Order: sequence, then C-alpha cells, then structure tokens
Amino acid sequence: MTRLAEGGSLIDRTKSVSFKFDGKTYQGFAGDTLASAMLANGVKLVNRSYKYHRPRGVVTSGPEEPNALVNLGSGPTHEPNVRMTQVPLFEGLEATSQNRFPSLSTDVGVLNALASKLYPAGFYYKTFIHPRVAWKHLFEPVIRNIAGLGRAPTEADPDTYEHQYAFCDVLVAGGGIAGLLAARKAGEAGARVMLVEQTERLGGRMLVDDDAEIDGKSAVAWVAEQIIALEAMENVTIRLNTCASAAYDHGYTMLYERRTDDRKGAGPRHRLWRVRTKQIIAATGMIERPIAFYGNDMPGVMLASAVRDYVKLWGVSPGKNTVVYTVGDDGYRTALALNAAGYKVAAVLDVREDPIGLLVEQVRAAGIKVMPATGVGKVVGSKSGVSSIKTVSLMSGQDDTPLGDTIECDCVAMAGGWSPVVHLYSHSGGKVIWDAKLAMYRPDAQFRPTDGSGEGFVYAAGGANGALQTEAVLKSSSEAACGALSTIGMKADATVPGVIAVAEQPMQPIWFTPTEGKAAYGGKHFLDYQNDVTVADIRLAAREGYESVEHAKRYTTLGMATDQGKLSNINGHAILADALGKAMPDVGTTTFRPPYTPISMGSIAGREKGILFKPVRETVMHDWHASQNAEFEPVGDWRRPYRYQQGNEGREASIHREIARVREAVGLLDASTLGKIIVKGPDAGKFLDMMYTNMMSGLKIGKCRYGLMCNDNGFLMDDGVVARLDDETFLCHTTSGGSDRVHAWMEEWLQTEWFDLKVYTANVTEQWAQFAVAGPNARKLLERFDGDIDLSGDALPFMSFADGVLDGLPVRIFRISFSGELSFEVATPASYGLALLEMLISKGGDLGVGPYGTEALHVLRAEKGFIVVGDETDGTVTPHDVGMSWAVSKKKEDFIGKRAMMRSDLTREGRKQLVGLLTTDPKTVLPDGAHAMSADGKRAIGHVTSTYYSPTLKRSIAMALIEGGQSMMGQTVTIGIDAKTDAQAVIASPVFYDEEGARQNV
Amino acid sequence: MSNVNKALARAPGYSTAADALGVQLEAMPLRAMITIRGDLADATLVNAVEAVSGCTIPAVRKATFAGENSLLWMSPDELMLFGSYTEADDLVTSLNDKAGGAHMLAVNVSDARAVFRLSGEKARYALGKGAPIDLARGHFGAGDIRRTRIATVATGIVMTAEMPDTFEVFCFRSYGTYLWNWLISACDKDALSDLG
Repeated sequence: MTRLAEGGSLIDRTKSVSFKFDGKTYQGFAGDTLASAMLANGVKLVNRSYKYHRPRGVVTSGPEEPNALVNLGSGPTHEPNVRMTQVPLFEGLEATSQNRFPSLSTDVGVLNALASKLYPAGFYYKTFIHPRVAWKHLFEPVIRNIAGLGRAPTEADPDTYEHQYAFCDVLVAGGGIAGLLAARKAGEAGARVMLVEQTERLGGRMLVDDDAEIDGKSAVAWVAEQIIALEAMENVTIRLNTCASAAYDHGYTMLYERRTDDRKGAGPRHRLWRVRTKQIIAATGMIERPIAFYGNDMPGVMLASAVRDYVKLWGVSPGKNTVVYTVGDDGYRTALALNAAGYKVAAVLDVREDPIGLLVEQVRAAGIKVMPATGVGKVVGSKSGVSSIKTVSLMSGQDDTPLGDTIECDCVAMAGGWSPVVHLYSHSGGKVIWDAKLAMYRPDAQFRPTDGSGEGFVYAAGGANGALQTEAVLKSSSEAACGALSTIGMKADATVPGVIAVAEQPMQPIWFTPTEGKAAYGGKHFLDYQNDVTVADIRLAAREGYESVEHAKRYTTLGMATDQGKLSNINGHAILADALGKAMPDVGTTTFRPPYTPISMGSIAGREKGILFKPVRETVMHDWHASQNAEFEPVGDWRRPYRYQQGNEGREASIHREIARVREAVGLLDASTLGKIIVKGPDAGKFLDMMYTNMMSGLKIGKCRYGLMCNDNGFLMDDGVVARLDDETFLCHTTSGGSDRVHAWMEEWLQTEWFDLKVYTANVTEQWAQFAVAGPNARKLLERFDGDIDLSGDALPFMSFADGVLDGLPVRIFRISFSGELSFEVATPASYGLALLEMLISKGGDLGVGPYGTEALHVLRAEKGFIVVGDETDGTVTPHDVGMSWAVSKKKEDFIGKRAMMRSDLTREGRKQLVGLLTTDPKTVLPDGAHAMSADGKRAIGHVTSTYYSPTLKRSIAMALIEGGQSMMGQTVTIGIDAKTDAQAVIASPVFYDEEGARQNV
Repeated sequence: MSNVNKALARAPGYSTAADALGVQLEAMPLRAMITIRGDLADATLVNAVEAVSGCTIPAVRKATFAGENSLLWMSPDELMLFGSYTEADDLVTSLNDKAGGAHMLAVNVSDARAVFRLSGEKARYALGKGAPIDLARGHFGAGDIRRTRIATVATGIVMTAEMPDTFEVFCFRSYGTYLWNWLISACDKDALSDLG
C-alpha cells in the first residue's frame, strides 16, 4: 500500500469502497478515482500499449491520460477505453484491462515489441501494399483482428441519456481560478452565465498548487469565497462533471455532463448540452508535457503535476523514492509535496544550468539533491515499474552521450513545461501562435473565432491563454471577461485581485534527452504513448519526406489515438521541426477537432432510441389495424397496413384473399395517408395549370381530375386527383410520401417566383380520415347508411364528388378508383374516422366487407396498369415515357417541365418506355428491378418496375421500362433472373385487366 | 338533410405514464383549429378575424387570448385560431362572411393536430430536452409562441400561463403517439431533479 497515513483533500477515509480490477478485489475510499485507488493499492501496471504491448501505468491525473484505459462494467454496461483518471470510484465498480492476451501480466503481444525495429513508421503502408488483392482478403482482416484497444459492447445499454438545450450570454469553460473570476465578473455585470467544470470540484490547480495569496487570503480560501458568491447569483448556473466538448459556429457549444457514471443514480447517465451562447470564455487551463527520454513509458514514469495531485488530493504517493526531471521551477513543487508527505525524493534533475529561486532553495534546504544540466538518460525497470534511472549530462549537445550515475528510484516525475488547452479557442477557427519564450502555442488574439456578425466569440482566459503564474492568470481572466462582455454590449469590472506569489525563473524546454549508443536513435523515446509513436518514428517520417505536420501525423499516427495527442503533439512537432531544420511555427500544428475528450455514444443518441428512435406517423385507425393482425410497412414516415393476417395464413394467402374481396365483394383501404392540399384564391386555377401538366383551371365544381406533376426538368415527381370545391378552391391529393414535399414545392413557387398570384395553400392531409370503399358491392354498402348523398351512377358519376352526411358522420365522397373496381373514397374529419370504419364494417358483413392492405392495393393497380410514382418513375421518367401523353396539355402556354420536355434527350427515339410484361411461363414472377436484355444479350435495355402474381388473372404480370418499348409490342425479351437463370417475357400493354374500364364506371 | 352527430368525434387517446413525472402532462380534448392565411395588415381581414375570435391580431411570435378562443401567430401571413370544437365550421363561415371578398383562406383543421399540455416549474426544462429554443424565464413567457421542433417532430409551443408555468404543444396528429411517448420520457422527474 502506498496510501499516505494522512492527507488527501478529496477522499473520505471513513468510507471504504470495494472494487474489482481484472477479477481481483481491492479497496479504496470514497472520493478516489479508479487511478488513485489503483495507485493506493500499489498497482502500477494497468495496461498494455497498442502496438508493442509494452507495460504501461498511469501517467496523469486527468482527462489527458493516454495509458490507463480500461473496460468498465460488463455485459450491457460494458464500456471500452475509459480513462481511469476520470472514473470516480464507486462500490462494486468492475474494470478489466485491455489489449492483452492472455493476461495483463503475461501478454503474448509483447512479442511485437521484440520486433519493434520491424515496425517503423509507415510499416503497414510499406509492407502490405503488394499484392494489391491481398489487402482486402488477407492483410486487412488479420490486422483488424489484432488492432484496437477495448472491445465494443455487444448488448444494448440499459441506461438513459439525453440532450438539453440552453441559452446564455457567457459560457465559462473551466472552474479554476481563471474561470471563477471570469464567471463572477460576468455574473456581477448581469450576464446570463453558465460555468462548467469537467471534474466534480471547483478550484482547478489551485487546490494543489496553493502557494499563492489572492486578495490577502490563502488561495484555497479565495476559491471558496468565489464559489459562495457565484452560487448566490441567480443569473449564474454552475454545472460540475460537465466538460465543454466543442465550440461550433455562432456560439453553438456542446457540453458533456456525466451524471451517474456509477450507473446507480436516478435519471440519465450522461447529458449532452446543446448551448447557444453569445460568448465563450475558455478558462480551460493547461496540460503538463512529458519529456522524451529512453524508457519514458515505464510504469512509474508520470507527469510531475500528477504526482503531487495524487499526494495532495488523494493521499497517495505513486513512489516511495522519486526522481523529478524538470525544465523549470514548477517541478520543484512536486519534490516539495513528496517531501512534505514524508516520502523520499532521490534527486531533482534540472535541464537548466543554474537553477535559482525560492522553490529551488526550499528543495535544497530540504536536503534534496539538485542536479543542474542533467537529464534522465535511461530508465531501468520491469513491467512492475521503474527500479532506477541513469543520468545523462545535457552539456554535450549530442544525441549519443555516455550515461552517468545510477539513481535508485521507483517513480520518475516529468515536468516538461505546460501547454495551454487551446481546443475550445481553436474548434471554430481561432488561431494559435508559437511563444518561443514560454515554449507553447497560445491563442492568437488577432485571430479569434468569429460569430455571425464577425465579432470574436471565444476569449481564452488564464492558463488557456498562456498565463503561467497566478497573477498573470487572474489578469488574463479579467481581460477575457471584460473583452467578452464588451463584445455583447455589457461591462465587467476590470479590477484584478492582488496576488502574492513565489517568483519563478524562466523554463528551458527540452524536446529530446540524449542517451547512450544505439538507443540514441530514439526508438524508446516515446512521444505518443497510446499509439506507440517514438522520436525515431517522427525522424523517419521527416527523412522520408513527410514535411507537413499533417502528413507526418498520419504517417506515424502521432496524436491519432483516443487522447488526440494531448500529451504528445507539441513534443512531436518539435522533434519534426528539429529533424527538418525548421522553426516550430514553420512546422505548424495539427487541427484541434471536437470533442475535447471522447463522449459516450449514448449521449449522442440521447433519448432517441427504442420507440423514440424515429418518429412514426400513424393514422387514426392504427390501433384498429393492429387489432386486425395488420402487418405494417413503412411508407414515408407512415406505417400502413401491408396485409391483414387471418389465422395462420401466409402472406400470399392474405394478399390474394384481400384482392378477391375487392374484385368480388367490397374492400376497405385506409387511404388517410394520401396528401391533401387546399389551394385557394382568384388565381388558384392559373397556379394549378402551372403546377400540373394537364389543365386544371377548366375543372368544373364538383368534379375530379387525375393530374401529373413534373419538376422543372420535366420528370414526374408526384401525381394525384384534384377536386374543385368551389370557384376559388381546389383540393389536391398527393402521394402518401409526397404531401410535405409537394406543399413545400407549391409554397416555393408562390413565394419566390409567382408572388403576384393571389393564392394561399394549406396542408390539410391530417384533417381527414379517408377510406377507399372498393368492389362490386361498394355502392350497396354505402346506400345502407342514412345519408343525404345520391350515390347513383347518374347523380355521382365517375370522377365527381359530393359533400354530405352518412349516419351522422360529415363526409365527402369521391368517385375515384385506384383498383379498377366500382370505388368510392369516403373522407371524414379524422376524429370521426374510427366511427366511420366501425360502421362500414358492421353494416357490410353480409356484403363480404373487410379491409385490404397496401400490397393488395398494389396488385390491384398493377392489374389495371396504374403507375406509382417512385415505382414506375425514378426521377428520370417523363409522362410520355409512361404512356401518359394524354395527361400533358398541348394547349397550355406553360407549365413546370414543359420546356424541359422539349429538350432533345427527352424527345429522342429509344427512350425507356413503360410496357407490360407477360412471362411465357405464367407462374414465373420476375424479380423487382430485373434487367431486360438486348437481342444479342450484350446490353441491358430496361428493367422491371413492378411485378406481381395476379390472382385475378391467375398468372404473373409485370411492368417495365424498356428502350423503345411502346414499339415492341408482342416481341419477346429475355429477363435476367439471377446470374444463371433467364426468363422470357412478351411485351404487352401494361393494362392487363378490364382495359375499357367497364368495372369502375358503373 | 341528416345532421352531423358530433358525439361520434373522438379525440386521440394515449397511454398513461408508468413512472412518476416531474411535470404535469396531459393530452387535451378536441378543439376548433382554424388556419387563417392572408395579409395580416389588411384592415378587412384584421377586422374579420378580431370580430370573430374576440382576440387581437398577435404580434410576431405571440399569441392572444379571449375566453375560450386564442389567436396564434404562425408565419408572416398565417394565423391559427383556437376555439370550441363544436363551433369550428361556424367560425370558418363567419370568417369568410366577415372578410367579404378579401383574398384570404380560412380552413377548418380541428382534427389534424394533437395538443398536449405541460405544467409545473420544471416544464421549461422538459421541453428544453428536445426544443432548440430559449425557454428560460424572462425569455419566454405567457403569450409567447414558437414554431419549432421537439426531437425531430415539427411542433408549435405556446405558453398560456406563468407561475404555474403552462405550455401547450401541438403537432400533426399522426406524430401524436410518438410525441406523447417522448414527452413522458422527457418529463421523468429524475431527469429534471437537477435542473432549475
């Protein structure tokens, strides 16, 4: 155990928590993270690296963690690639290590590491490129099998997730001292403020690095005071465990809130906030950089800031005897923290030749050896961690430098300098600038991301803006608050709190630490821990010509792992710059893309899963259909009854039964889904003459006309029956999937082109429930109602309609037919729909009444040769192509598509034309979409658009689009059924049944 | 001529929520809904609409109320009149009569939509789980209306009262079951406990 006897401001030592890692039970405390608890149990090896399967331990204490990824949970709650540093410990937590076989301790994949010289950068590209065919069938499947970290879960996640929209004036990302001050200033200025913090605590690094006084108080007391002030403000919302993941255009910001990661709390586990803010203050702090030295990936090598975090926040010492390797004063804080906790610090290795200052003196005074101009030349140890290091002098200037003393130690704390977290600033186009003095990319205030009016909308504050020390942090925060508020016409108090802090000396960056002999090529100097990218890989990429930082990244995979290079990018870019002999800013940096840290798939889906996955439209008779054993099919977003099953009958039996009902008795079809659009105004007729290919203005009141609608390319886009309700008002029916589209199409023309026309439209699709009552007994059935409409053929002839009342139901009855039978379409306001249906059923029992579904509808219409837009048309088909020239007016001066239909390609000979197909074997039903072959068998000349077995005709029927088909009547064509089988079919009229229309016209 | 039996009209029915909700949620009975399209600056139309509804013409993104009637701004040339279901046809007739020959469209769409009511102090947050609009107190109040979406369903949201906060949400009737189920999920009290 390495838990300290006391200390640890975040843990509650009275609450023991039991958890499992790789099946073994451990104990931790409430307030631990999984990482701190594992370290407290003395476990350093927690993972194997991706490529070489090298043993790895925890490196950091936060979201930048590259190594300590685990599988969390099991079965349905299994989640891969979870950073142990961000998992709050809870009772019963179960985690397993990843990327190892058969176990973490004994991993055969480590054989890759023995051959690591065979796996240089670009290895896969170079090795598996020939023979080409082998990639798909051999290399890729094998590589895919061995690649990857965690495994995807195989069961549905039982937890709930959600989205939440919110709006604010100022979003402050980060609850360190910069964020607290900015939020307070914005709040006091009266702005609507959201302050979000990715951890469960406010205060940031000030909770650990508390060696400053602010406004005459200890840093910790000042933090507490800010929290109290913020919580008292009604216009300020604070959300902990909430990471500002992304900043998009126009202040659209995505926040990722983790509510109940223990999967025990009530309510959604994660919440994805979708916030519109006027301004973002990115107070996102900094990330400490590791240093590239030989063996810097051994368990026990950690960031110096993380080491003191574990000591001070969780009362855990990662090592009993630590070497600190630092580029500046900051690393000395780790030595002091360890010393204060009673642990040995073997030495502080400082890159600088002459370290001075208060922190350095305090360390020396504690009796800790300080070694100037000295680096870690080599780490010695095993999978259970570091056992010693060898020093190296940094004075030679050569990569290959003899190693110096051996220092026994079990932990190496790296303090390689700090990188501002510029992600939020950069997501939406903000630029960063290289600051050579501070050795960091920091936000360039000249190139802020801009909002819709060209104003900057992200201000970086504190560490995120490159401010390293407390006074600079608060000054930067105050400036950010003032800037952001002034942009939105508000004013913040510009006073900066007084700070008394330790003066620090400049740091001296180091990108590569020399070592001895062959190791100096950098193959064990790790940059990207997660993807096993080394200094040698970057140098190789540079030698091979990958000069662009984006190319070098992709070639080596630097920064492409789940941590997105949070620790590795700057070091990698520096190595690349050095190898190319360029300055850092000339090499540039890769793009920062959202999200900042991985977010759960569940949070992206939100509550739209299961029955809420997608909206489904149901007619008012939906439940009735279901009660009749309807099998539903999607038509647009609608669910329509495909067929109604009786007993154990199969699909075909249901469909044939329903067809026979319509041909011989009377069937009911729920046609409510048909689009219905009211078009009204003095110019309504003129408008519809433009919208439809045929003439509508001449339609008489009380009459119906079937119309075709083309787009401006002359191709069919919709069809339906138009009824004239009065002099100025038309009711246009559209296809079931087409109502919204056609309504929008009409409005587009009215609003953008023909705004002079006096026409208003309204989509009344859902106002009406509508039934086709079709079959020889249809009139008999409707005449049984107590009604005021004369349904006789003379009074209500084919293609007319009448309004009236049937047994108390308000109805409009159309004499239209899509089945070829005597047919009435009866519409009633949707609220009356179910009553109408029930009456139709109860009154027609002896007439053989019953419902029919959409498949019966399709066979019935195909027997009659009626087209369906979307089956017989595919966006390249004109009315002439489908043999409906009769519906294209020659008299009208203009209509949409008229001019297009005159173009040479639309008038040429040999276009595909709609025909019927009769297979020579009447039992053979052609596959939908099957191709018709040319006489020489070398070319497809068309395809089947609709194909059914007609129980009425007792044979197969099909419609097809065939090149020049209308002049090929009676000819036999070959239709491919599958790779080996052909069928022969005779080209015929697409009207297979009752060509003269005698059955519907009675 | 036979008479219409209005008792035959049935409002959409929905399941009851199995879990405790943090917001009072109910499906509303049928009501008259009249889509009115026209030039909202035309005096004849304005007079007709105000006379028939008793409501004043609402400003942009506003609703006005008078007794059982309310008048909702829907677009620069469209209003929605809510009233008593049984009077829907009469409202259309009156509008057409009073508008005289003015070019306008009034159509009865009383059966085309589902209406839900949410009330309670957390109602703003429940709607905020799916509607990308600013519903915060001080930014959305009684008489405000938005045509927006909830999840992927086109909806109208009108606030009829504040303290207790009361919203009416309407969508096309075919989406009613989906939206009802969505609202039940979003009104889960555990998803609202840490908001507001």
